[in-house]
Amino acid sequence: MIILLTTLVITIIGIIVGYGLVYTGKKFHVEVDERETAVRECLPGNNCGACGFAGCDAMAAAIVSGQAPVNGCPVGGAPVAAKVAAIMGTTAEDVERKVAFVQCKGDCDVTHNQGNYVGIQDCRSAVFAGIPVTECSFGCLGFGSCVAACPHDAIHVINGVAVVHRMKCVGCGLCAKACPRSLIDLVPESKHVSVQCSSRDKGPLVKKVCTAGCIGCAMCVRQCEHDAIHVTDNLARVTYENCVQCGKCAEKCPSKVITLPLGFKKPEAST
Amino acid sequence: MKNTFRGGVHPISHKELTRDVPLRVLNAKGEMVFPLLQHIGKPAKPLVKKGDEVLAGQKIGEADGLISAHVISSCSGKVKAVEKRRVQNGQMVECIVVDNDGQYSRMEGIGVRQDISSLSKEEILRRIREAGIVGLGGAGFPTHVKLSPKNPDAIRYVIANGSECEPYLTGTDQLMRSQADSIAEGLSLMLRLFPNAEGVIVIEDNKPEAIEAMRKASAGNDKLSVLAAKAKYGQGGEKMLIETVAGINYPSSMLPAEVGCIVQNACTIYAIDRAVAYLEPLFTHTFTLTGDAVKTPGNFIVRDGMSFSELIEAAGGLKEGAVVKKAIVGGPIMGIAIPNLDVPIQKTSSGVALVTVDQSEVAASIMTSCLRCGRCTTVCPVGLLPQMLADAVQAGDLERYEKKLYGLECIQCGCCSYICPAKRPLTQTFMRTKAEILAQKRAAVGGKK
Ligand code: SF4
Ligand code: SF4
Ligand code: SF4
Ligand code: SF4
Repeated sequence: MIILLTTLVITIIGIIVGYGLVYTGKKFHVEVDERETAVRECLPGNNCGACGFAGCDAMAAAIVSGQAPVNGCPVGGAPVAAKVAAIMGTTAEDVERKVAFVQCKGDCDVTHNQGNYVGIQDCRSAVFAGIPVTECSFGCLGFGSCVAACPHDAIHVINGVAVVHRMKCVGCGLCAKACPRSLIDLVPESKHVSVQCSSRDKGPLVKKVCTAGCIGCAMCVRQCEHDAIHVTDNLARVTYENCVQCGKCAEKCPSKVITLPLGFKKPEAST
Repeated sequence: MKNTFRGGVHPISHKELTRDVPLRVLNAKGEMVFPLLQHIGKPAKPLVKKGDEVLAGQKIGEADGLISAHVISSCSGKVKAVEKRRVQNGQMVECIVVDNDGQYSRMEGIGVRQDISSLSKEEILRRIREAGIVGLGGAGFPTHVKLSPKNPDAIRYVIANGSECEPYLTGTDQLMRSQADSIAEGLSLMLRLFPNAEGVIVIEDNKPEAIEAMRKASAGNDKLSVLAAKAKYGQGGEKMLIETVAGINYPSSMLPAEVGCIVQNACTIYAIDRAVAYLEPLFTHTFTLTGDAVKTPGNFIVRDGMSFSELIEAAGGLKEGAVVKKAIVGGPIMGIAIPNLDVPIQKTSSGVALVTVDQSEVAASIMTSCLRCGRCTTVCPVGLLPQMLADAVQAGDLERYEKKLYGLECIQCGCCSYICPAKRPLTQTFMRTKAEILAQKRAAVGGKK
């Protein structure tokens, strides 16, 4: 008798709890975009953070909401990009890979440090503690906070200025976030013409501290036939959508601060 | 009242180099440079342009907004340029450059004794603001703002900071010895703004002459008293002064005025007296030139705007063969090293030490890992655990740094770095981390708007 009663009570409790669970499950159900789950399935699941998001789940959400490109996962590479693109209804080729670019040319030959800084050898520690270190108030400090941040060994400090290895760079942007002077920009991989300076100081002042800085003379702007380079705040910047990589601006720049593709040849004069 | 605070360190003071050298006036010859930003807050707006004639004591930069201060010319002459120049902290700042004619012709009415017995509170504050006075202890916070708390009646103590606990500096000591009456008068003027307050002058007990002079000067006024504090580095910090005088500890989220205290440096109080009782704006101040590279170390009254190198030249130059390894402005612990001596002396430059050994280079060369000795914890005047804070930063755990270990309370006094036998750069780590956390918070607030 006791056994029967116990069984009955337990069964009834079981039924009540079971219904309760089903009910709460329905009531608190969170809509997940099924594409998000699908994208998440495609991603490698390393949770390495190299994409710049907090793990693969966050990356999947970012891709679906359009904040990250379909080929944003550097670990998965092209195969994963193709799968993700299929889910999202685009092709991976639509979105060009981006690489980091350091907008400073101030190596030890063209500019100098102020005094003899012997504090913590880290860019963020110097800048946030209010120590200017370099003569130019915009330039690269060369202690390599970016180098420490890069998970792919794609950025190095060479002769006092950070330089990106374009083949290794996956465009995750972690170096850009680490740089206390915001010197690093992400540019489309095929675009090589960029202004390698971030100084917003006026020309004469730039000349005083660095022989390779942009002086805002706008010579480049006058050369450009495609409306692809402009000077604001004494600093030239390339509009990458318009740039056709002709290199005319670089030719006339008195400071030689515009970069050109490797092995660039001057187009034949068409006279 | 206690006569000290918890923690603190005892560095070699080096004050014997200059402590008994009386103040001497030094004038500059060359161009004078007046940065438009020498205070905390917004830069001042220039009131003159190239080619204008200016007089000593003339306002050449107008305070922009509430937290800002006027900039005053310290010489007469012609404005040569308004342009960016490098200043003491290494940044480029918009400056007014005046070609000094060497006459020092003053504006009319400056330095004439006024009748101050019936001045209203507003008038006192107005004169302080007009004089462009900022905190001369080093921070440079506009004084009129500090003297206008929400509830003036709740202020119980106005503390005159004469502790001068930084090694090397002796300018305040000399000023208190020679201008005690003026400082006492300035303090009484401030007390008029705060009817329920008493004035306490805190002086470290290694300055017996200054204590004596200030005691004499404040004898007739029973609202004023002199407190001889134990000589220990850290005493000059605002929090430490309040702990010493009022026995109150308060978090960094509160202002001193909210716990009923106002702290002003003794030099600032002297400037207040000159401004209110003599209508003389702030364009000269005491300055200590010292260090083992200097031929004749001493205390001076200098004009703002002259360059450090010119001052060193005028004061007798360097010792024969001395190589300056480091020039530190504002005391070796909290002060900053300046890489370039061709920058102007500004309101907040209290002195420069030119030394032939760079201790930070030495420290960097012998740095090791933490020894877990716990000495940093015993000296931190705020009662933090510097060694654990540094570990949290290294682990990238800013949450723990801020919430569990109260890292934002650090006042960057440098005691922990000074005492650490492993020579770990603790204070710089905290300066950086605090700035980073505050920047993140600002970004979060900005993002919500
Ligand atoms: S690019 Fe930025 S983070 Fe990298 S070394 Fe230069 S200043 Fe430092
Ligand atoms: S030509 Fe060179 S220096 Fe002149 S604005 Fe263009 S990039 Fe700058
Ligand atoms: S610098 Fe900060 S942590 Fe170090 S002793 Fe001073 S208040 Fe404490
Ligand atoms: S004083 Fe230096 S070595 Fe000692 S516990 Fe603190 S950080 Fe470690």
